Amino acid sequence: MSLLELNHVSKAYNEKFMALEDINLHVEKGEWLAVMGPSGSGKTTLMNIIGCMDKPTGGEVVLDGAVLTDVTSAELTRFRRDKIGIVFQQFHMIPYLTALENIMVAQYYHSMPEKHEVLKALDRVGLLDRADHLPSQLSGGEQQRVCIARALINYPVLILADEPTGNLDEQNQKLVMKIFHELHDEGHTILTVTHSPDVGDEAQRCVVIEHGHMKEREMK
Amino acid sequence: MVGNALLRRRARMVIALLAVAVGATIISGMITVYRDVPEQMGRAFRAYGANLLILPAGEKANIEQSTLTRVREALQSYEVVGITPFLYESTIVNRQIVMTGGTDFEELQKVSPYWQMQGRWPEKGKKEVLVGAEFAQKLHIKPGDSVVVSGGEGEISADYTVAGIVSTGGKEESFVFMNLGNLQTIKSRPEELSLAQVSIVADQAALKDIEETLQRQVPDIAPQLVKQIAQSEGTVLGKLQSLVLLVTIVVLILTLICVSTTMMAIVTERRKEIALKKALGADNANIVLEFFGEGCLLGLIGGVLGTGCGYLFAQSVSINVFSRGISFSPSIAVGTLILSILITGLASLVPVRIATAVDPAIVLRGE
Repeated sequence: MSLLELNHVSKAYNEKFMALEDINLHVEKGEWLAVMGPSGSGKTTLMNIIGCMDKPTGGEVVLDGAVLTDVTSAELTRFRRDKIGIVFQQFHMIPYLTALENIMVAQYYHSMPEKHEVLKALDRVGLLDRADHLPSQLSGGEQQRVCIARALINYPVLILADEPTGNLDEQNQKLVMKIFHELHDEGHTILTVTHSPDVGDEAQRCVVIEHGHMKEREMK
Repeated sequence: MVGNALLRRRARMVIALLAVAVGATIISGMITVYRDVPEQMGRAFRAYGANLLILPAGEKANIEQSTLTRVREALQSYEVVGITPFLYESTIVNRQIVMTGGTDFEELQKVSPYWQMQGRWPEKGKKEVLVGAEFAQKLHIKPGDSVVVSGGEGEISADYTVAGIVSTGGKEESFVFMNLGNLQTIKSRPEELSLAQVSIVADQAALKDIEETLQRQVPDIAPQLVKQIAQSEGTVLGKLQSLVLLVTIVVLILTLICVSTTMMAIVTERRKEIALKKALGADNANIVLEFFGEGCLLGLIGGVLGTGCGYLFAQSVSINVFSRGISFSPSIAVGTLILSILITGLASLVPVRIATAVDPAIVLRGE
């Protein structure tokens, strides 16, 4: 059984506009999948559905054996907290909390904040010495690495990254992709959403969404 | 972590705290002033003379002087401004028959501070008189002059010094006043009084109670309210208190709106943070509790600051307007604290409830 299954998933807005239409996707445990597509293709809608931030209007989503289609918002939140680690394009760190505290927030909503676990996660992304820095004192690349550490802190079954290198320069882009490769090698399941073919090519498998329809993309 | 986070947001927190503290100051100050106005105005009214007369009971023509001691005992639990004894008898001053009042000038100054004096008050134990302005004009008397006083035709006469000329706007201007003991001696009426005037800080209802208490405890006197004073005092106080109540309510509503708006603005600008927390797995209850708790903490700190400042504000109003301090009221302090906590808590709750309804995906995309 796949870790993530999307069976005939569709999403309609105002019953007129179909953002996603009959999407079928299976992601195996330990797999790294890239979802590509131009702006407005529906990839963010797909990410929101997989990330338990939105529900499809049709079809079925199964994550780690649980069907997410007919659940309440509260159950979706619980699922998101327990199963998914999200990395955002714009980092989204709380500006008045340090790197350490920003990660602790995710831990706090999941279970109990444990400082040594957070320090371990920061060490994992090479930012142990930046633990007490505020987001404003970190570069874009460093902020994104903190976000990766935050996404990893609750041991999620799926790491969901929305344009993880979209706001980074080339050097930081390479650094972040290196971390994703390491995570993949360690057995993490990763789903990156990107419009960049370079980032898409880093993944093990790639699908393309265009006008709400999905197709497999041949890897180089 | 929470403490550090609050410190790092100190600019915002100070603004919120200031809004709450200013609100609490105004609420606490205005309620203190409102509560204290009747008491303070009651005291101010005491400058207009006695509001209770002690007269002889029944057919009696006089009161025993010692009766006043029992009257004082009966009034122990009230704030008595003064009790002025009076013995009224006619005497002859510089060959003119004149109504003369024997009194205690120290008490008289407390009960009738509105008496206008040219010269000075007579000193206790000295042969000095206070002459009413009308009588003084008639006899061309001025302070420092000497007058001859006798109890009546053929009685022994003595020289008295005119200490002062008094204007009251009333019938006292045609009287002469001297120390009670002197008049009692001249008229051979030891330990006797015609009446006593009492000035007491009390509203109309309390004065009725006092009248009944005195009738019960000191049966040989007939207490009588000075109705014009008591009634007009009651009317003015009622209107003034209504006015202060109205102002207090308006200020209270404006303060509530102001504090709520500030709190709402502060919570609303953290909408993105709320969305992020939701995306990280916080449920609505987590978010609501967190912001409500922060609001309540602000309310508590602001309330403590505001209660202190409100007391100082009320004290300053009282000293400047009524020339008298105000006592600290624990009930107003506790009430202000509870109100501050409730207002800030609720003011945080409303925008947080709205913010939690926002889809985290939409906010995080910056839409």
